[in-house]
Amino acid sequence: MTSITETLKPAKTTLLWLQSGGCGGCSMSLLCAESPDLVSTLDLMGIELLWHPSLSEACNQEFQQLLQDILDDQQRLDLLCIEGAMLQGPQGSGRFHILGGTGKPMIHWVRELASKAQQVIAVGSCAAFGGIGSGEDNVTEATGLQFEGEHSGGLLGRDFISAGGLPVINISGCPTHPNWVTETLMQLVAMPVDQANYDLFQRPKHYAEQLVHHGCPRNEYYEYKASAEAHGQLGCMMEHLGCMGTQAHADCNTRLWNGEGSCTRGGYACINCTAPEFESPRHHFQQTPKLAGIPIGLPTDMPKAWFVALASLSKAATPARLKDNAVSELKIVPPTIHKKRG
Amino acid sequence: MSQRITLGPFNRVEGDLEVHLNIDSDIVQAAYVNSPLYRGFEQMLVGKSPLDALVLVPRICGICSVSQSTASALAIADLAGEKAPLNGELCRNLTLATENLADHLSHFYLFFMPDFARDHYQKLSSYQNTAQRFTAVKGSATQDVLPARANLLHLTGYLAGKWPHTLSVQPGGSTRPIQTQEILRMQLTLANFRQFLEQKLFGCTLQAFNGLENEQQLQAYWQTGRWQDHDLKHFLYLSEELGLAEQGKAYDRLLSYGCFQTENEAGLASGIWLPQTGYQKLELSAIQEDISHSWLAGDKALPPSQGQTLPIAEKDNAYSWCKSPRLANMPMETGAFARQVIDGHPLALSLMEQQGNNVRNRVIGRMIELARIVPMMQSWLTQIDPQAPFHKEIKLKDGDGIGLTEAARGSLGHWISVKKGKLTRYQIIAPTTWNFAPRDSHGQPGPLEKALQGVDLRNDPKQVMVQHIVRSFDPCMVCTTT
Repeated sequence: MTSITETLKPAKTTLLWLQSGGCGGCSMSLLCAESPDLVSTLDLMGIELLWHPSLSEACNQEFQQLLQDILDDQQRLDLLCIEGAMLQGPQGSGRFHILGGTGKPMIHWVRELASKAQQVIAVGSCAAFGGIGSGEDNVTEATGLQFEGEHSGGLLGRDFISAGGLPVINISGCPTHPNWVTETLMQLVAMPVDQANYDLFQRPKHYAEQLVHHGCPRNEYYEYKASAEAHGQLGCMMEHLGCMGTQAHADCNTRLWNGEGSCTRGGYACINCTAPEFESPRHHFQQTPKLAGIPIGLPTDMPKAWFVALASLSKAATPARLKDNAVSELKIVPPTIHKKRG
Repeated sequence: MSQRITLGPFNRVEGDLEVHLNIDSDIVQAAYVNSPLYRGFEQMLVGKSPLDALVLVPRICGICSVSQSTASALAIADLAGEKAPLNGELCRNLTLATENLADHLSHFYLFFMPDFARDHYQKLSSYQNTAQRFTAVKGSATQDVLPARANLLHLTGYLAGKWPHTLSVQPGGSTRPIQTQEILRMQLTLANFRQFLEQKLFGCTLQAFNGLENEQQLQAYWQTGRWQDHDLKHFLYLSEELGLAEQGKAYDRLLSYGCFQTENEAGLASGIWLPQTGYQKLELSAIQEDISHSWLAGDKALPPSQGQTLPIAEKDNAYSWCKSPRLANMPMETGAFARQVIDGHPLALSLMEQQGNNVRNRVIGRMIELARIVPMMQSWLTQIDPQAPFHKEIKLKDGDGIGLTEAARGSLGHWISVKKGKLTRYQIIAPTTWNFAPRDSHGQPGPLEKALQGVDLRNDPKQVMVQHIVRSFDPCMVCTTT
């Protein structure tokens, strides 16, 4: 089979994928990759899967041997993908995840393997920043590979640079969209390594320099601040239902999930799951925090006074169609048809 | 000659798993099953608002995410004494059924069958066929099943915004009103999926497979036509060759909470099945979680409505982060086969009565569900009324609530207590907590531990039969130690 990267990389790029303190949902999502499917995608990219927990045959001794071969420089490791948080507890021992059969904590294996890999990639918000388990209590002492929430550091430390010359790449998201992962891998395989491809939190810019708001089918309601008041209603969910789509860095409404969807298309709030510390919003996820009736979290890059002025103006100008549809599950007023001649 | 070996990490088990085996003269005398990963969700949920729990609980599990959402939503609705409108129930069932069927597919093709393509079986005359079809990653089945699974999950794009980790499943119903055109699209997706099942997996219509009633008819089914041409027949051929119906027998005590109820339909039945009595009603109050062999503080078995989860690193006799749920002190097995036996499906019931549960029958349970639930989903779609409500507001109350449902791999329960709007207790018993439990204070092994006793490891240096038995339960380890 011809590989798209054949001319660039005659040798296969090897990939090892490990899971720790997470749900495995980023892998389950990745298996939804389409046109082509995941295995074909990796094959066409010239990626050789050394091991993936959901796909590979090897386990037990065979798998342990693979890890040893990498550490002994008998097996080249190009891409190390880590899914799930690094569990340092209890008391820094890492005992909350001892890698089965090895007697050693997963954080030990990740540290060792990271020193061998050309690139280290955190897949999902857990591996990137600590994720869902690293909220207020953080009972498992969960952290990301190179970030603990918004703070640089994490398991590998702020100064970590992989053999290939980059800090850990954070494909954040809870879960990740399959294409965020495959396109990031493709970029690494097919193009020169460049730190400029990643944002402040080391997220690939190809999806992180966009907002969930872009392409949201509720945008017309947003324009007029015609807001849904309860779940299932068609209006904008920013004013009452906790939606953070105007601040959340991702392309969920232009790329779509499972062929057809996104959170806001599914009728519920964007919870900004690509951001560090999304798990601790300091308000109820499905309720917008307000001060004097005005949402506290305003759209990114929007001056507050202008937002308030425009909001009150557009609220006053809301057409009946949007006002009525916004608080209904069903579109009750269709757009008017204008004929060229009456 | 006796020895003790440690196996791990197991993969294709959604998480991490370690198994210790005491072996004497190549026969497994005792097995000790360790869930080596602790997640801490039950601790994290305390102090949160019940509605915020709906964001956390799906993230317990990337493969049974919707079932976690469903159990949580049902627990909150139970506490409030409310029910979702019919459309909401139908959409919830459709979302859950989509996940369960996608999981059955992933399990069979990606997690379970690749073990038959191992070198270990090179000498079988069927090996070339099996290796060509089912070798991990490279087998031809992978390229058939990945698109089929992804297409099926398009249903969640309509119903749930995305999969995994939706917030569309709410105590008051679904956040996603469905329009007529979308119902038609989903019917098309299901018809397409049905075609995949009939042409690749079963080699017959779903009705025909669903109509099988006993071992004889099952034999006649797979011996019709070439076994190489259809994946389930391929498995049944291998099962016969390797004697999988004799492997992995546990206690033959089965549990199902039932699922898919609506105001119009009873759904799949709740209950238990015991060898002496057959079907019985489930006494929920008889469930307790023993923690004598778990790295958790305390030693008293407690019902989940009073349970607690406090991890401790050192404890005498402990060897797993998993608790040991027991029903009236009995270890119970849960899963698709249990669900179908308890619901009275003729084939499942007849196999159970004649043979009990085993590696082969656990697989057949999932196949029955694929054949049975697709038509149920097609019927639910016709019952959605786009003009009627999908969601109603539910007023949260203080008190206790229980949410019970069925994930692909078995019975899932959430027990919650709420005071002043905040959760004071959140206890979860996941399917694999039942199946992969460690010993209890009476020394009774958990179901997998029991199923591994007696495995013959002569001529099996890589313990491949142990792997078949472990994976036949379709374990989900990340749910197990929440």
